[in-house]
Amino acid sequence: MAATRMQTDVPTPQDSPDFSKKDWPGRWSHINKILDRRGPFCDKSFSPGHGEDILLNQCRVLVIGAGGLGCEILKNLALSGFKDIEVIDMDTIDVSNLNRQFLFRPSDVGSPKAKVAAEFIMKRVASVKDKDDDYYLGFHLIICGLDSVEARRWINATLVNIAQDDPEKIRVLIDGGTEGFKGQARVIIPTVTSCYECSLDMLNKQTAFPICTIANTPRLPEHCIEWASVIQWPKEREDEKMDTDDPTHIQWLYEIALKRAMEFNITGVTYSLTQGVVKNIIPAFASTNAIISAACCNEAFKIVTTSQPYLNNYMMYMGNEGLYTYTFEHQKKDDCPVCGNQNAFLEVDKDITVQDFIELLKEKPDIQLKKPSLTTDTNEKIYWQSPPLFEQRTRPNLEKRLSELVKDGYNIIVTDTTLPISLNITVSYI
Amino acid sequence: MIKIWSIKKDSSSAEKKKSKISAAQIRVQKDLTELALPDTMQMSFPDESDLLNFNLSITPDEGFYRGGVFKFTFNINNNYPHDPPKVRCTQKIYHPNIDLEGNVCLNILREDWKPVLNLNSVLVGLQYLFLEPNPEDPLNKEAAEEMRNNRKNFEYNVKQSMRGKDVKGVYFENVLS
Repeated sequence: MAATRMQTDVPTPQDSPDFSKKDWPGRWSHINKILDRRGPFCDKSFSPGHGEDILLNQCRVLVIGAGGLGCEILKNLALSGFKDIEVIDMDTIDVSNLNRQFLFRPSDVGSPKAKVAAEFIMKRVASVKDKDDDYYLGFHLIICGLDSVEARRWINATLVNIAQDDPEKIRVLIDGGTEGFKGQARVIIPTVTSCYECSLDMLNKQTAFPICTIANTPRLPEHCIEWASVIQWPKEREDEKMDTDDPTHIQWLYEIALKRAMEFNITGVTYSLTQGVVKNIIPAFASTNAIISAACCNEAFKIVTTSQPYLNNYMMYMGNEGLYTYTFEHQKKDDCPVCGNQNAFLEVDKDITVQDFIELLKEKPDIQLKKPSLTTDTNEKIYWQSPPLFEQRTRPNLEKRLSELVKDGYNIIVTDTTLPISLNITVSYI
Repeated sequence: MIKIWSIKKDSSSAEKKKSKISAAQIRVQKDLTELALPDTMQMSFPDESDLLNFNLSITPDEGFYRGGVFKFTFNINNNYPHDPPKVRCTQKIYHPNIDLEGNVCLNILREDWKPVLNLNSVLVGLQYLFLEPNPEDPLNKEAAEEMRNNRKNFEYNVKQSMRGKDVKGVYFENVLS
């Protein structure tokens, strides 16, 4: 992972000598038109005339992802006056990125995206860091232009976790995503609005074909490719892990799939289709990326300057059948495993046994669990009701004092059929 | 700069502390601790601190496969429940919906998986495959054809295969406990 800090007011080599000074008169006049006077929809905390200062001197923005969306986002932010931008991306540049990821040139192929993107907009380069919570707290705003569900879930969970410690630690997450002609932009205020995890069930399923179709009645080139990767790879290259970024692996799959396709008189198996199917690539459109990135950056601008109401909280854009957008408030989900956890504080006798503690959880009128299972926040089982193996393993703990297993002020994660997902109990002993 | 926390104060202001266990882990814990395992299913964990990888054995008490012990591995990744668990049969068995490599054809493991489903749904689905094999959706075509055309013969083949004998020249694993 490369992280790169950039200062966008540093002149690019292409700039003429006149512009090599920090600023020139009227450079930010387009922004000041909005920020120098009150409007009917301004937030009450808005004070005219300070916008440029907020954008240029105070606001720190983190951009995660320097791909199709990321390039657009960086360009938009820089041209809207954001000065202090940091960018993280785990990828290196591939030839197929060059058509839309306009910060990259053919000579950049193979270099880390974050580094090249930041260098293009001119900045200094920070070293690769392992990010801890404090790292994220160092930004006012985080904008994501990611292509993976997993990375989004991770950053979302991290920001929600941080925010749950202390409301002062809420950091707004603006998430953009595109898939072909479709896209969405959303504003996530951790613990206040619904989070990314709350909407996980809205995601399109990855196309998966019934394994019996793949095995017996292939009709599409995709079926042949899936057959090669799902059935033949584990059969013939059992001990090797498939790496979808390794061209020799894709080549192997392609050849196997092609042979199968010929057997069944199926046409259309190509190397790039093979790559597309196994890497689950959906063609990206520069225009969709531009629309979604623009929406994200507008939200960033409005949130930071308080000059206009911001998106509450989900905008979807569908350009595949005509053109349609819809904005709605996505609801927080009670059983969201990230932000839906309930929290409780419990003061208990320092000598209480695990058994008695469990009885307490069943009896306490405001908790009233049925068959609670308990785990420490370091993932040690305290007592589990099921499966039988773990019930047996943890049964001896019932006799123990709770304080032997959980220190004062630490958390217990409780799951129970009556809970939407889980309950975090912070215990203190008296 | 906007004061986001002013919104927050109106809602619950209880101080919270949160563990660093991933959402997938918490969800698996919920699934596991709420499992109602019938006597016909047993779970084991090679590494008991790793909840994402475990084994399951099914001992059907009725149907064609009665008396056998059928073993599966479960692999759950950190994208659960967005991604379904990966399930494989570790034995070579004669079954219309399980191929000789252990791939399992169960709709909810692939095309019909949804995050609202849980481990219990998968276990019930697997159990069901042994009670009612589905010859219309075959992975082992020969077994499926046999089942469709000649149930008596199919039943005989199943019994043979479960004893570790061969069916039409293919040897299977002895699964009788």
